[in-house]
Amino acid sequence: MNLAAHPLPQLVDYIRILPEIVLSIFGMIVMVLDPLMDNGLMSDRRGQKTLGIIALIGALAAIAASLYQAQYPGLAFWEMVRVDSFSIFFHVLVAAITAVVILTSFEYMEVQQIRAGEYYALILLGAVGMSLMSSAVELVLIFIALEISSISTYILAGFRRRAAISSESSVKYFLLGSFATAFFLYGVALMFGATGSTSIPVIGDVLSSGNIPPLAYVGIALIFVGLGFKVAAAPFHIWTPDVYEGAPSPIVGFMSTAPKAAVFAVLLRIVFEAHAPGHVWLIWVMAALSMTLGNLGALVQDNIKRLLAYSSIAQAGYLLVAFAALPHDGIPSAMFYTASYAAMNVGAFAVVSHFGSAGERYVTLDDYSGLGRRSPLLAATLTIFLLSLIGIPITGGFFAKFYVFSAALQANLVGLTIIGVLNSAVASYYYLRIIVVMYMREPREDTPLPRIPIGLGTALGISLAATIYLGVLPGRVLEYASRSVSGLLH
Amino acid sequence: MSMANLDSSILSLVTFIPLGGALLLLLFPRRDRDIRVFALVVSLLAFVASLHLPAHFQRAQGGFQFEHDNIWIAHPNIHYHMGIDGISMWLIVLTTFLTPLCVLISWKSINERVKEFFILLLVLETALIGVFVSLDLFLFYSFWEATLIPMALLIGMYGHGRRVYAAVKFFLFTMIASVFMLAAILWLYARVGSFDFVTVQNAIRSGQVQDYSSAAIWLFLGFFIAFAVKVPLFPFHTWLPDAHVEAPTAGSVMLAGVLLKMGTYGMVRFSLGLFPEQARRNAPWIMVLALIGIIYGALVAMVQPDLKKLIAYSSISHLGFVVLGIFSFTQIGLEGATYVMLAHGVSTGALFMLAGILYERKHTYVISEFGGLATPMPRYAAFFLFIVLASVGLPLLNGFVGEFLVLSGAFQARAIYGVLGATGVIWSACYLLWMYQRVFFGKVTHPSNQSLPDMNLRERAALWPAAAMALVMGVAPLLWLNAIEPSVQNVLAPFSQLASKVVGR
Repeated sequence: MNLAAHPLPQLVDYIRILPEIVLSIFGMIVMVLDPLMDNGLMSDRRGQKTLGIIALIGALAAIAASLYQAQYPGLAFWEMVRVDSFSIFFHVLVAAITAVVILTSFEYMEVQQIRAGEYYALILLGAVGMSLMSSAVELVLIFIALEISSISTYILAGFRRRAAISSESSVKYFLLGSFATAFFLYGVALMFGATGSTSIPVIGDVLSSGNIPPLAYVGIALIFVGLGFKVAAAPFHIWTPDVYEGAPSPIVGFMSTAPKAAVFAVLLRIVFEAHAPGHVWLIWVMAALSMTLGNLGALVQDNIKRLLAYSSIAQAGYLLVAFAALPHDGIPSAMFYTASYAAMNVGAFAVVSHFGSAGERYVTLDDYSGLGRRSPLLAATLTIFLLSLIGIPITGGFFAKFYVFSAALQANLVGLTIIGVLNSAVASYYYLRIIVVMYMREPREDTPLPRIPIGLGTALGISLAATIYLGVLPGRVLEYASRSVSGLLH
Repeated sequence: MSMANLDSSILSLVTFIPLGGALLLLLFPRRDRDIRVFALVVSLLAFVASLHLPAHFQRAQGGFQFEHDNIWIAHPNIHYHMGIDGISMWLIVLTTFLTPLCVLISWKSINERVKEFFILLLVLETALIGVFVSLDLFLFYSFWEATLIPMALLIGMYGHGRRVYAAVKFFLFTMIASVFMLAAILWLYARVGSFDFVTVQNAIRSGQVQDYSSAAIWLFLGFFIAFAVKVPLFPFHTWLPDAHVEAPTAGSVMLAGVLLKMGTYGMVRFSLGLFPEQARRNAPWIMVLALIGIIYGALVAMVQPDLKKLIAYSSISHLGFVVLGIFSFTQIGLEGATYVMLAHGVSTGALFMLAGILYERKHTYVISEFGGLATPMPRYAAFFLFIVLASVGLPLLNGFVGEFLVLSGAFQARAIYGVLGATGVIWSACYLLWMYQRVFFGKVTHPSNQSLPDMNLRERAALWPAAAMALVMGVAPLLWLNAIEPSVQNVLAPFSQLASKVVGR
């Protein structure tokens, strides 16, 4: 490496990866403390809780670090990382999801009797990868970040060690996931061959110059395969229901939102900043298939985790519609969608993980019978998340869909919009089924109904507040997202 | 607060009083009596506040009044734009008028999950008022969709036998239909850059909308299908009888009284307001569907063994008159249509309340279970007869005015429409009076009915306002029509050159 051309990193370079540093440090603290707790430093129960609280502080510190970072926009580490309002948006989002998921996990860990140490550490380390993905502008660094994020989620998926289904979930996710990352890497290699660089801005310059090498098309297609898998977009979605069914519920809430948000950030950079050639029809097909297959699959599910898995496939489809739109409408609407989807989905899975009880026994639709009568608050909360997933006004989900579809119409994608709008009508049926079961069936008395502890209550409160805030006053978030467009389209 | 301030915020106030009440109810302990009283107070408060509108409405003026326009979201360009004309004003008052009656009629019949019930009812009221006051397409759509949830839950949680089926059917029918409207709204926004009703209207009228000529028919149909399902216009009516039969009484009253009018109001405001050309072109088949609805609804009502289903089908028939009046594009027909909306809200609302009173006593709606009820329940029979006569269209009661105006309009448009529509009046006399005879006259056929208690004070308190309103609306229609007339003229302004053409043909 030529050191003259690549000067040593300055302090500001480290500030530009501060959230990642913070998350790594806290992740390691948790991991190191875990065995100490075992040796009588504290009672086991309190020890586990303490680790959780340390992890929570780590996540909150990461949010603070990301906001602090906002004063230092720019490139770092030999132009591999770029801090701009776009990256900050996703940093805050990922860290916020992490915090809420950790809050959800307090109760879950105790009820399921899972050792908490590595669990919290892995969540934090996974968040490092996801954060880095959203600020990296270098395909190889993105690949590394993707791997950091993926490996921790593979392990987290198998954390219910006593349940065979969880191990199955982990192995399946791992095998198919590594396959997909390989596709991504292959795509990166071909992009390098086609353009002579792995830096996204440079690739963007080459590809927008008009003379597009055919190899670039193949490279983009392979990259799309890899990333399509990570966001559970059809036709690379087959793994989703099995993995979500087996993985611990708070983790499903986590991996269906945070890594997806990060991968969508990468996709936004590749599509709009790198001027991916021919992306519109690739996206068109992926979006239409995801919406349709996801919703049709969800119609017949009786297990609520599988139902939400199919729903997340469909939601990824709606989100992808934004990628086919023009950058000035597509990017903000996609960003808004990831945020509001995160709020409602993390919330929904928090309810599922609370209600599941030991061993996640109560996860079928039938178990939710009459919940509206037995626990009006819990049922009402889940109802609002579901209404948001349907896309009913004054919830974040409504504006999310709304922005995406209006962006698509601005780009004259009438066909895709009609497919999307019809799909969201079909989807209302299966979300409604859950509401119907909760409110219109006789209560089942044999399912336990534990009190809602503080941690979970806070997590639900935050998700609910975010869902409604985005539904009533979406302006500020959208404005922020719109402002970050310029960072991508320099 | 000065008058000018109140004038600009009164619409928000009326709209959100019920919602505020619902939020406060959330905090209430589960003492059912307190909850009922509080719900009644809130709904009366909303009613009183809404009376500010007719009291200060400039009757001679056809445009929007009490306007209030703020930016809600800067991008996309969504405004919190509210305003009413003579048509929407009365629909708002109808809503606030019926809600307290709904609270009263549900006093005893709802005794489980009382808190949730009144919360849903009040949220529904806010959403319904919101639909009528919105002058921003986006705001309108938000309220439009927001009515779905509380209504579906009211049916599904508090209804009878097949309530879940009915609730889901109601939800899916109206939800699927309204996404077409959403698509059309988004298309318009993509071209005009605004959701503001007046801005969009002007853009269309001045021909500034790109690709409008090729898309216009689809836009019209996108809006129209959402409205037609809500009305419901034949053949989209199948959800209505199910929803009505299974709904609790208050649900039926709100459904028939106000919710269906969202559809006909939408036709007046948006189908005619935004797409006059398309409305004119498509009027023939729409009027035919309306006529089929009038006659088919009446004939099916005639053979219903179930009291509530009979009233439900009569709604389909009566709403057919409204659509007929709207698409006659005549001043008199549209005024009549608006009047039928109001009159139908009052009298059918009252009919559903009466049916509910009977259900509380007998737990059935089957007509053959009754007979000779005039003997044990004379007061009830008197109320029922009065409302039936109002529904039938007896002169000097509310039903007559609207139907007469609509039929005159239909005659002006084309004589055969008027003739066929007029048969609907006859049919409605047949099925309602025949039903009345079977339920009330003759000997008491079931011994258990001998001892049915007559209406109590609370029930009379719920019915008296409706009955009085039916009478006043029949005797002094000008109180309402003088505000409606200029607004109707406004709606019909783009049709003026066309009106002579229609009459001439």
